[in-house]
Amino acid sequence: MSHAPLASACAAVLRRDLTLAWRRRGDIVMPVLYALIVITLFPFALGPEEALLQRIAGGAVLVTMLLAMLLALDAMFRSDIEDGSLEQLMLSPQPLALMLGMKILAHWITTALPLIVIAPLLAGMLHLPTAVMPVLVYALLLSTPLLSLLGAVLVALTAGTRRSGMLLALMLLPLCVPVVIFAAGAVAAAQQGLPWLAPIAWLGAALVMALVLAPLACATALRIALDA
Amino acid sequence: MTAPHAVAAPLLEARALTFYRQDEPVFGPLDFCLHEGEVALVEGDNGSGKTTLLRILAGLLHIDEGSLAWRGQPWRRVEHLGDTLFLGHHLGLKADLSARENLAVAAGLYGARDGRSVGGVLNDIGLAGYEDEPVRRLSAGQKKRAALARLLLLPATLWLLDEPYANLDRTGIELVNRLLAQHAAEGGAALVTSHGAVSFLAGEPKRVRMHA
Repeated sequence: MSHAPLASACAAVLRRDLTLAWRRRGDIVMPVLYALIVITLFPFALGPEEALLQRIAGGAVLVTMLLAMLLALDAMFRSDIEDGSLEQLMLSPQPLALMLGMKILAHWITTALPLIVIAPLLAGMLHLPTAVMPVLVYALLLSTPLLSLLGAVLVALTAGTRRSGMLLALMLLPLCVPVVIFAAGAVAAAQQGLPWLAPIAWLGAALVMALVLAPLACATALRIALDA
Repeated sequence: MTAPHAVAAPLLEARALTFYRQDEPVFGPLDFCLHEGEVALVEGDNGSGKTTLLRILAGLLHIDEGSLAWRGQPWRRVEHLGDTLFLGHHLGLKADLSARENLAVAAGLYGARDGRSVGGVLNDIGLAGYEDEPVRRLSAGQKKRAALARLLLLPATLWLLDEPYANLDRTGIELVNRLLAQHAAEGGAALVTSHGAVSFLAGEPKRVRMHA
């Protein structure tokens, strides 16, 4: 009996999740809208003083982006568990970790990528110098997939529990802290004209580790969640 | 593997299979065997563990006690992932996708039988004209048919069907029976759950009785 090749299975899962996201375009807009509103409110709350806004710009944009990503996080596996798609995925003759990796990739493309696209605009609203923009984008390109992967593990761990939202937020907080520290550290260093490569490299290293380990952890956690 | 049917080891054999949920026995000890070309009806009252049994055989739940053998060899979950096809209460259909798209995803994951195509299978299952309608707009029976289309398209030896007759009209029930007969004729096997003594299966199928 010949099974489906791995590449076509990966493509099928990725295409399915992207199609589903496209059919519910309103959900993609939500985090973007949220980030836009939060960043718009900062100058109103703190006053239009340019030096102050410039100082907080990097951190404010990063924290807003990461929080906006959390909005969509707990839905990552929920509908798949409810309609039985996850069972079918789990029983297919494909490596579950890789299939879940595709789901996480689709989630990152639909939630984080739009946020990264508008990030320079948001940072500009807070007067972040143009020279620092690339560093902000690098930091986001590394920290958002890291957060998607870490979040996916926690979503998988809390999948079996009811009202997992609160638990998820509590568990994710300590994992977010280092991500925010390194990402904001890189932007702050660049703003002061200091070398910013080290914190970016740390984020890259963490991302590589998460890329390898998080899908495996997800697969194990979801197997346990369904085995109950 | 090339031994004649009569002496071949059964496709699936369960010995003293027992399942506990929080130390409460759900069913068992249960003994049965299923040969190639056999369709067995799992009978039992509500809560007797029919669905649990199918989920164990699919590999979703672990075995507490007893043993399972596949063609005489100890059954291991990872080795038989593509050999079984599980159709549960949750149909595994994405409501925002059409039947055609849902089926294409399943074929991408499981592979397709030789000579079968998504469009042809949907036609055979009675969904012609509804292929591109989002599944959420289909009736309960049509959703069931969209899920049953997987049986025709995907290659698998053992079918585990949880209440396949639910929501189906008379022609749908006949369709399921025809699928089962065809599958058995091709050397496949199936376990089918159904409430109580009511059975739509033609003839006298093998029965697996759950101890309530």
